[in-house]
Amino acid sequence: MDRKEQAKLIKERSGTDVRKCMKCGKCSGRCPAYAEMDIKPHQFVSYIEKGEVEKLLESKSLYTCLSCFACVERCPRGVAPANVIEAVRQEVVRAQGGNKVQAEKIPETINEAIPQQLLVSMFRKFNK
Amino acid sequence: MQEMNNEKRPLIVAFCCNWCSYAGADLAGSSRLSYPADVKIIRVPCSCRVNPMFILKAFQRGADGVIICGCHPGDCHYTTGNYYARRRMSLLFSMLDYLGIERERTRVEWVSAAEGAKFSAVMNDFASKVAALGENKRLEDLRCKE
Amino acid sequence: MQKIGVFVCWCGSNIAATVDVKKVADVLRLEPGVVISETYQYMCSENGQALIRNAIKENGLTGIVVCSCSPRMHEATFRKTAESAGLNPYMVEIANIREQCSWIHKDMDEATEKAIVLGRSAIAKLKLNAPLTSGESAVVKRALVIGGGIAGIQSALDIAEAGYEVDIVESSATIGGNMAKLDKTFPTLDCAACILTPKMVDCAQNENIDIMTFSEIESVKGFVGNFKVQIRRKARFVDEKKCTGCGVCMQKCPSKKGKNEFNMGLNNRPAIYIPFAQAIPNVAIIDPEQCLKLKNGKCGLCAMQCQVNAIDYTQKDEIIEREYGAIVVATGYKPISLENFNEYGYDTYKDVVTSLELERLMNAAGPSDGHLVRPSDHKEPKVITFIQCVGSRDTSGCGKPYCSKICCMYTAKHAMLIREKYPDTEVHVFYIDVRTPGKNYDEFFRRAVEQYGVDYIKGMVGKVYEENGKLMVQGSDLINNEQVVIPSDLVVLAAAIEPNPSVRKIATMVTASIDTNNFLTEAHAKLRPVESPTAGIFLSGVCQGPKDIPETVSQASACAAKVVGLLSKDKLKCNACVAHSDETLCTGCSVCANVCPYGAITYVDKEFRIGGGKTETRRVASVNEAVCQGCGACTVTCPSGAMDLKGFSNKQIMAEVDAICKR
Repeated sequence: MDRKEQAKLIKERSGTDVRKCMKCGKCSGRCPAYAEMDIKPHQFVSYIEKGEVEKLLESKSLYTCLSCFACVERCPRGVAPANVIEAVRQEVVRAQGGNKVQAEKIPETINEAIPQQLLVSMFRKFNK
Repeated sequence: MQEMNNEKRPLIVAFCCNWCSYAGADLAGSSRLSYPADVKIIRVPCSCRVNPMFILKAFQRGADGVIICGCHPGDCHYTTGNYYARRRMSLLFSMLDYLGIERERTRVEWVSAAEGAKFSAVMNDFASKVAALGENKRLEDLRCKE
Repeated sequence: MQKIGVFVCWCGSNIAATVDVKKVADVLRLEPGVVISETYQYMCSENGQALIRNAIKENGLTGIVVCSCSPRMHEATFRKTAESAGLNPYMVEIANIREQCSWIHKDMDEATEKAIVLGRSAIAKLKLNAPLTSGESAVVKRALVIGGGIAGIQSALDIAEAGYEVDIVESSATIGGNMAKLDKTFPTLDCAACILTPKMVDCAQNENIDIMTFSEIESVKGFVGNFKVQIRRKARFVDEKKCTGCGVCMQKCPSKKGKNEFNMGLNNRPAIYIPFAQAIPNVAIIDPEQCLKLKNGKCGLCAMQCQVNAIDYTQKDEIIEREYGAIVVATGYKPISLENFNEYGYDTYKDVVTSLELERLMNAAGPSDGHLVRPSDHKEPKVITFIQCVGSRDTSGCGKPYCSKICCMYTAKHAMLIREKYPDTEVHVFYIDVRTPGKNYDEFFRRAVEQYGVDYIKGMVGKVYEENGKLMVQGSDLINNEQVVIPSDLVVLAAAIEPNPSVRKIATMVTASIDTNNFLTEAHAKLRPVESPTAGIFLSGVCQGPKDIPETVSQASACAAKVVGLLSKDKLKCNACVAHSDETLCTGCSVCANVCPYGAITYVDKEFRIGGGKTETRRVASVNEAVCQGCGACTVTCPSGAMDLKGFSNKQIMAEVDAICKR
């Protein structure tokens, strides 16, 4: 599939209109996992808007995003960066036919600081 | 328009509001944007002045299509007139459906005073759709013929 | 018997090149009722008009049809021509054979045929035309200005200057509005009080201006030139005529816990108070919520102290009625409530303030006498962070979708003033875009950065939280692509502005239209920006859209010019094409009044003879011709067919339909 098609698919799957973004950066200003991300939430929106998906597919942010939806909650324009990230994640998961997160390894890496929601999010991905 | 022979051209009555659509038609004219001569325009102060009776009358007298043009929603010179027109026409159109008049024979369009090109495009499109449907026989009242 | 004249214009070659004008004239001459049918190269020229005039006089024409360009172009011209020949101007119909025929068709036969049909349709309509005269109504030479902020003040001063009486009705206890609360004004940094209070004094001293503070509009009836307005003068428990504004009562009042509205609630005021030192009128007012005498009958200290016996605990609301020719709406704005923005902690932390609160904190007449301190511990802040676009450009539903326009400039002003007065203070500004169009505006903003070293950060703040007594402002720095956390002492929110909520009620009363953001709609976005679509209602200031002070003042003056133009007329000529109801058919069902956008339809009880020498009284619709704009909404909605529109009657339009469909 060519990259343009893929970007279009991701856009559709995210269910959010990335053109509504006014580039204020409030999503990244609020993001609790910001430090762990190589590509920041606002950049996800921007890259998708431009149709550049390659970098996103390899981004480590896909697995550091907590799916806490703070960015969605705070966006003044009704854009949902977390949904975009999730849509890219889906793209990767489906392409690989598997997942970078393996259920049996979770107990080893788990610690108290990990939010419950992250685990739920990981399992959601794993089951797909 | 091939469907109709040359003696029987379609007849289209267009009701245009004075402030937007009639001015839009004038702009189409001064920009020399052509549309079929089958379209005859009647000037009304506002699209809300168009009584559903006028449309029925037009069909009764043998018009093949009727189009109502007004200002864009929110831009009505009289603030709310086009909203009334929109509601009345949607009711009338359901009645025309019931009577078996093809939906394509009636239309409501919003054309602003600056949209000469849109006016011409709308009329071209409407005229070709009406022409494709052929004559309006169902509602035409033959007693009205001379 | 009608005698109709048809005049077909060549318009040089504009019409004649595609329409066989001779043929059109010849065919139309055969129409019943047509006695003369002529062509001419330029019908609108002096010679062409003379031809029409002579034809009317020689043939005793009862109506004319001109087949020419659009009626939007020359209808007025030909109506004047007819009038000068003694014909009623509304006995003229135009067949548009240029814009809607010759210019869009190429085939001569086709265009000629269409021109004939259009001519026939105009003749058919003309046969049913009736001579119309436009009504006249007198104009009350007095204007009402609703709202006493800078917009209302400027409009009132300009109208009064032109020699007309103006009343300002202001809901709070003093005129001055939001501008009176400001410290300095951009881009010249002159002090707001220094430029506003002289204008307030001018208002008070101008004998053409009557200021009614602490008053509200109760009802508005009537129409352009003749509004009848009821004004509620709320009880202030102090006789305005007697009070000298000495202020002794304020010192003696034992109840000192009322929130000082003028200082944005940052400090307290007594139950009896004068809003601020330069208030106009400089008269005290009692807050019944705080006054011990009014609450439980015990106290009365102020009445004892007052040397002019101005205090009257028994004062009641009073409703007065006045007549006006024009109404200016200048209700202004207020900052939005920040309850939807808990990420900035406005409700949680005392040291998160709005920009208007900061104005009071920096104002020499404010709660801290102009010494900038934090509200929580009255210490000087060393790091101040500004957050712009709080609630502006927000389509998520929490805030307002529009740009509030003034925030970029006042934030730059605040930042600059702070850096100047307290050079050791660090100032950061989070912005999305800095929007500073306007004369000397961008230069002003650049000065804040280049000369005063204000740190502008492109990005939005995600959250504000407290840590070790500091307000931690966490946001994006999009240029450096990093997340920053700025420990601050004071956080200032540039809250979006919204129209004063009272404008909704007022708009309903004066039937002015309002948009989804509660801003009043102007008659035309570009060409009639200070008029409401409702005749006689004018818009001044932020009630029409976000504006800064220079823009507000120019709009207020423009508004005054429009009002003066209206008041200078002795009589208003009304639209002749108005609705009228056939009283024998009207059933008084009220449906027409419901659809009328202007409130032009009222109901009257009338006696009708029903035969046998008996009469009956029925309720019938009556159209106020001065208010009716002739849209025709009522004519279609009328179930009994009683309503009709002069100049565009049901029969006329039906006749046009008939003429077009005849083949």
